[in-house]
Amino acid sequence: MNNPLTEKLFELLKQVSGFIYPNEIEVHWGILVVVYPYLTGLVAGAFILASLVKVFNVKEVQPAYRLALLTALAFLLIAPLPLLLHLGHPERSYEIFLNPNFTSAMAMFGFVYAWYLMVVLVLEIWFTYRKDMILWSQKERFLMRWIHKTISLFSKDVSEKGAEFDKKMVRGITIIGIPSAFLLHGYVGFIFGSIKANPWWSSVLMPIVFLFSAIVSGIALVILLYMVITPLRGEKIDIKCVDKMASFLFYAVIVDFSLEMLDFIHRLYESEESIKILGELVMNRLFISLGVIQVLLGMLIPLALMVAIKLFRFDEELRKLLYFVSAILIQLGIFATRWNVVVGGQMFSKSFRGLTVYKMELGGVEGFLMTLVLLILPLVTLAILIKILPPWDSAKADSVEGGPGYQKLATD
Amino acid sequence: MERRRFLGRFFANVAAVTAVSGFFRRSFAGSKDYDPTKHYYGMGIQVDKCIGCGRCVEACKAENSVPKEPFFFRTWVERYIIKKNGEVTVQNIDSRIEKSNETFAEKDILRSFFVPKLCNQCENPPCVQVCPVGATFKTEDGVILVDDERCIGCRYCIQACPYGARYLHPEKEVADKCTFCYHRITKGMLPACVEVCPTQARIFGDVKSTASPLTRFKRMNKLHVLKPSLNTEPKVSYSGLDGEVR
Amino acid sequence: MKTIFKRIPDALLRILVVFVVFIAGALLIRYLLPASLKDTAFHVQSTVEREMAKPIRFAGSDVCADCHTEYNTKKGGYHKNLSCETCHGAAKEHAENPTETKPSLPRMREFCSGCHTYNASRPTGFPMINPVAHNPMKQCATCHNPHDPKPPTAPQECQGCHGEIARTKALSPHALLECTTCHTVPKGHKLTPRLVKPSTPSERGFCGKCHSKESTYRGTPKIDIVTHGEKYMCWQCHYPHMPEVE
Repeated sequence: MNNPLTEKLFELLKQVSGFIYPNEIEVHWGILVVVYPYLTGLVAGAFILASLVKVFNVKEVQPAYRLALLTALAFLLIAPLPLLLHLGHPERSYEIFLNPNFTSAMAMFGFVYAWYLMVVLVLEIWFTYRKDMILWSQKERFLMRWIHKTISLFSKDVSEKGAEFDKKMVRGITIIGIPSAFLLHGYVGFIFGSIKANPWWSSVLMPIVFLFSAIVSGIALVILLYMVITPLRGEKIDIKCVDKMASFLFYAVIVDFSLEMLDFIHRLYESEESIKILGELVMNRLFISLGVIQVLLGMLIPLALMVAIKLFRFDEELRKLLYFVSAILIQLGIFATRWNVVVGGQMFSKSFRGLTVYKMELGGVEGFLMTLVLLILPLVTLAILIKILPPWDSAKADSVEGGPGYQKLATD
Repeated sequence: MERRRFLGRFFANVAAVTAVSGFFRRSFAGSKDYDPTKHYYGMGIQVDKCIGCGRCVEACKAENSVPKEPFFFRTWVERYIIKKNGEVTVQNIDSRIEKSNETFAEKDILRSFFVPKLCNQCENPPCVQVCPVGATFKTEDGVILVDDERCIGCRYCIQACPYGARYLHPEKEVADKCTFCYHRITKGMLPACVEVCPTQARIFGDVKSTASPLTRFKRMNKLHVLKPSLNTEPKVSYSGLDGEVR
Repeated sequence: MKTIFKRIPDALLRILVVFVVFIAGALLIRYLLPASLKDTAFHVQSTVEREMAKPIRFAGSDVCADCHTEYNTKKGGYHKNLSCETCHGAAKEHAENPTETKPSLPRMREFCSGCHTYNASRPTGFPMINPVAHNPMKQCATCHNPHDPKPPTAPQECQGCHGEIARTKALSPHALLECTTCHTVPKGHKLTPRLVKPSTPSERGFCGKCHSKESTYRGTPKIDIVTHGEKYMCWQCHYPHMPEVE
């Protein structure tokens, strides 16, 4: 452990410009800690999109409702993985729950996460699918039958009253869920924003910026998944649904962009002590990841595309293409945002006199390959969830209502 | 006859006392004579006396088994060179690697000095505030320690420290930092860095004591702390600290 | 009771059961866990004890004197503020087993040079030499007793300790002036430099002896000593060792 690390650090030492405190040569929060807020951001965003349907009655987004919930769950289940891999002693991670330090945002976040997972997301999905699972289990073969029976907690209530109650619970949980989702990703922002030692992180706006970039990335992800999965199922994309989701994406991007602009302008105007080194940081270390990827590719181009769609009535095929491109660019942009916050905040010295570098490895626990695995795993999890809890009516032309291929959704 | 009886009783007594005190030593290890509530430690640094020899850095590494590589320091010394044209250059002094290749023309220098740095053992420590499992804490005698059996290696404390005083121990995979040589000061000794400083640039003392070198230091000097605007209330005070020092 | 159960929807009932089981399970686990895993005070105490039990490597300067009384001569010399271990390294092991382990005995020139090489950042007046030019190849101890280091010959003028000032002055218009022209040096200054300081001029008339319009010296820039520079002393604007105009 010692030799490869020290060799790497000797190499990095040569690339330091200016002066850094000697302990700062090791970049402590690397790619794994970049992946983590990216994944939790997608959770919050997907959930907010789902909540638009249930709380604000945006009927057009109904086709993507269950998909959004499952997406949120898939990403929420995988998100703790990069953190566990990053810890020096993951075998002691239970201490966060057993002996939390109540002044630590990180410790309290563990409870927020657990609350969100168990009380909000799992419950909402359960109530949404309960009746369907009972109906499905009546017609299925052994394995799926028992999976559905177990998840539905062996309930047998398929009455109208039961379904009405489920609907009410879903609405209630979603109402609680919206501030919980705000809290979930806002809290991650607070973990960074409350560090007074680091002027790149320390900002009142940090939780808000994190939240809105989460909403942006989550909505974009659901659009992307919907537009990819629907044709794969042989179904037609409901363009009204995508249009509506893209509308909300547009508003979210505007707010997110405004917030980032506000942060930028505010920093420049106040021109505090750290402005010189932060300026050097942006120009020398973060030029591509911030200037090109986060702002240009991730925000300005999607914004321009969506403004164009609103102004000039493009036909459906062109709109679908532009939405798809925008959604992908946004994913890149938000990932770059997380990189710029986490890694960017460690590229300059707290002495404000120097810059260091971060070199991501290819292999190893904190390597590029592991990152790819961690980004693909939620999609794999989503595929499994879709298999267990199908989010759509699979009313195919050749299947008959009541027949084996037909799975009509009971609620909604 | 008497001598034999006396010797027998003498050795029996010795054996008994050893056994009994051994038992007590085992159960109250470390807390036998030391009452932490009677002490409160602080440090003073006289910048004008530091000659940048690096003995303190070496001694700290030897005393505390700090990894020898130049990436892990519990204490270090910075060199400031302020030129007449206003340019400020700062370097790390590590007596084991080559000092900077940059040579300075003496006549360009306006001011130049060395500044020793270490954990400031803050009164209001941001590292203690952010530790998710409470592995780092403040003792009753004012020293911030790390429980390396509870630390999970999340590195939040390292991010939260404004002074760069913490590092992740490469072998133990837990956070580590200067402890004021807690194992020495609780026995009435000086921290290793203070012990070996040839010019008494480092002064250690008990704030609760009225007759310590630290008290005199605080009386006779105008004191500064590092990054006062962050309100960490450091317990390491500097005299003669130049405005360029961060 | 049964009617209440009947009125709660089936779905909610099942969920509540799951939650109750979960919470009860969590509370039970927490109750059953041993104190050592839960109690923070316990962990704090055990950490403190572990810290205090860490090995000591530096003995402290008072320990050496117990055996090595002959080196108390160090107490009077220029090295009186050094610990023995500053040069001889960690000596706790030696103090405990004097015959088995010996502390290091640094005889190489590089060792003394570590502190005494000229470095512009070292405080003015600290004895510094150019290790390449100063008696090369000879061991420092040949001329300087490390326990009571006195230069074998008094430093040439003031240059021996104030090299940087001498070199600066040598390039200035004041190059041909002796240091003693402006500074009276009491005898004690060479013995206890920080306690007995040379004098510095205290009034404008001193510089005026050469620089006022009334002065008979030739070749010096002349000014009206009464009006030039208003109320300020000359050296508040002009650095005497490199006096530049404007």
